[in-house]
Amino acid sequence: MIKNLISINDLNDEDLRAIFSSANSFREIATRSVKKIPTLRARTVVNLFLEPSTRTRSSFEMAAKRLGADVINMAEKGSSLEKGESFKDTAKTLDALKADIIILRHSHVGAAMKLASYVEASVINAGDGSHEHPTQALIDIFTANEFYAELAGYKAGEGQIVDTEGPGSPGSPIWLDHLAGRRVVMVGDVKHSRVAHSNILAFKRVGAKVTLCGPSSLLPDKPDEMGVDHTTDLDQAIKDADILYVLRLQKERQIENLIPSVREYVRMYKVDEEKLSRNKKDNLLIMHPGPVNRDIEISGEVLDSHLRGHFAASDQSGVAQQDSGRKKNLILEQVENGIIIRMAVLYLLSGAQEQD
Amino acid sequence: MNKIIIKNVSYIDLKNKTHGETDILIENGDIINVARHIPTPAERSAEQTTVIDGNGLVAAPSFVDVHVHLREPGREDKETICTGSRAAARGGFGTIFAMPNTDPIADNPQIIRYVKDKAEHEALVHIAPVAAITRGSEGKNLTDMYELLENGAIAFSDDGNPVMDSGIMRSALKYAKMFGATIIVHAEDKNIARGGHVNEGAVSDRLGIRGIPASAEEVMIARDIILAGETGAKIHFAHISTAGSVELIRRAKKSGVDVSCEVAPHHIALTESCIVGDDAVFKVNPPLRTQADVDALKSGLADGTIDMIATDHAPHTIGEKDQVLEVAPFGMIGLETSFAVCHSELVLGNVLTLEQLIYKMAIAPRLRFDLPAADIKKGSCAEIVLVDPSKKIVVDMSTFESKGRNCPFDKWELHGRIEHLICRGKHVVDQGVIKVGKG
Repeated sequence: MIKNLISINDLNDEDLRAIFSSANSFREIATRSVKKIPTLRARTVVNLFLEPSTRTRSSFEMAAKRLGADVINMAEKGSSLEKGESFKDTAKTLDALKADIIILRHSHVGAAMKLASYVEASVINAGDGSHEHPTQALIDIFTANEFYAELAGYKAGEGQIVDTEGPGSPGSPIWLDHLAGRRVVMVGDVKHSRVAHSNILAFKRVGAKVTLCGPSSLLPDKPDEMGVDHTTDLDQAIKDADILYVLRLQKERQIENLIPSVREYVRMYKVDEEKLSRNKKDNLLIMHPGPVNRDIEISGEVLDSHLRGHFAASDQSGVAQQDSGRKKNLILEQVENGIIIRMAVLYLLSGAQEQD
Repeated sequence: MNKIIIKNVSYIDLKNKTHGETDILIENGDIINVARHIPTPAERSAEQTTVIDGNGLVAAPSFVDVHVHLREPGREDKETICTGSRAAARGGFGTIFAMPNTDPIADNPQIIRYVKDKAEHEALVHIAPVAAITRGSEGKNLTDMYELLENGAIAFSDDGNPVMDSGIMRSALKYAKMFGATIIVHAEDKNIARGGHVNEGAVSDRLGIRGIPASAEEVMIARDIILAGETGAKIHFAHISTAGSVELIRRAKKSGVDVSCEVAPHHIALTESCIVGDDAVFKVNPPLRTQADVDALKSGLADGTIDMIATDHAPHTIGEKDQVLEVAPFGMIGLETSFAVCHSELVLGNVLTLEQLIYKMAIAPRLRFDLPAADIKKGSCAEIVLVDPSKKIVVDMSTFESKGRNCPFDKWELHGRIEHLICRGKHVVDQGVIKVGKG
């Protein structure tokens, strides 16, 4: 039974299937009028967000509340950490308050692992410096996997919790082989991106091939040892990409002289319709972990186009116009899937699964 | 009268030759006889002779560590001159150099005298204070080297910091040359290192943490070799860690530059792959590098490019090291494990013979820094360590004399134990433990 989720490597294949399966069933709950199930009733979930975040924290808060948990939100501002309380003492205090699950976002690598060594509670890493952000990667492979599963004829959110005892049936939505052999191209500041690090592990785990693309100063030093391909040429890389995963450009990199200017970066790496047109595959999925720098790493035009499902633009009578093109923008679906995946992770870590 | 007789011990002399079962008689700080079957002195009045059984042990001049952080003045919570000296004694060191990055920095005669005087009263072993190259070790203004030497400084270093300004470094070398003083260089280009925490490579990629490239060290070594060559000054590179550094120094020696260097036990026994993610014990500057670097350092020891072993003993409080990698201070302790680690890695690893290891730990430092010779022969000062090379030990930090617990070798099984230390003719370490009371 997994106690902490610090890295994607903490999850074995069975855990991944359990998470995807639970997420599917939780999607059905979101359509009910009473969107709660009592799975985590009487459990205390603490959001310890020591680095700014609205979407991830809200996503976790929503997820915990939907499962019936008591949620406490703690941030650095307005807490005793401002008074100089050490991280270790904050941790020990949360333990004394009998927190069951602590979700930590911190600006330092290794903080979640360190927290786990101090507390009895389960710890979920919501981002530790540039190291990892495992729940984001789970959302991303779930979302991409679902697209291909649908393409193969399966529908998402049937509302059935598939038996995770056995292997499930190959080809069903929770089976992970839809991404096997697909080419993922990650564009941008991979070196400093915790989302990229978790995603590299996650995509490779489900059999996808990963290419990193960006200026060499923003790519890892030894990409071969990570088992990924790499190039600085986006025009080349985008040709045979099945999934184009775009990362946010952080302005700090210019200050550090890792890139000469944002303008230069945009000239070389901005994902726009022209770049997308070079792609030769049957389908090209466009993904981004958010928040987006519109017209910096990705053009406004791309962001507002190629949407599907209920995100697609509606005509005057309110009917969604499905984009039948090859390019599929999954960015909003990633956000939407955030809550159900996080519910699934909380469910897995709480051990509630075993009691059912 | 303080008498010690060591019976039946093998010993290694200054020419690196091992002599078999011999007795050594010490009286009042001097070796008065080295021969087989010296009769134990007859007891007169209340005099007692300490008899040390040397069977199975090897005697050598006591070890010298030219790179130790004693933290006093300023951070006595981490270590003091007294506790650091006790750790040194237990590690078989009869002399240690105290690095100047204390608080305040030892950049003036008053601090140097303070350290010397305190050591005189409280230290179990000889302490030689190193003075800073520049005021505050800020790399901007030279210290009063003449006065510092007059007050007992043994060498100069801004350790902890490099001297980034090449012009200042050149001036420092030129000035130090007047006195034949050695500048101990902490080679790190801060602009390349850029606040990194571990070696730049696969581990920094995996952790998503800023790395220190090998070039940060090598660029400064190259620079300072050229400056030393041009000025004719004596230069000693502290804690070298990369294959590139070894090669630069090898070539410099061939071309006649007066250069020496040291390596730390952790750099020949550990690699960056020890770093899993949350254990800052392995965070050190320069960082643990790759296996290729370790192999090159070992070759450098074997062919004489690397002159000596120095631990860079850097104690920190438990709380400070129990922090995430990006926040924890750099440093590992090393005095109490140095011989065991080096013996296990280098001698049992067939890189050096025991005699060669002893040379690098005890003789080379004395020669390089003009310390009084400590030979095992009649008339010498009694500065002797007795080791048991074959004794198996399991490192147990909880028994350490050092205040520091940032030891990467805890629970390691090693071969080689310090059994006895004689310093100033006094029996300081008895069967591996500090002897309470003097003589």
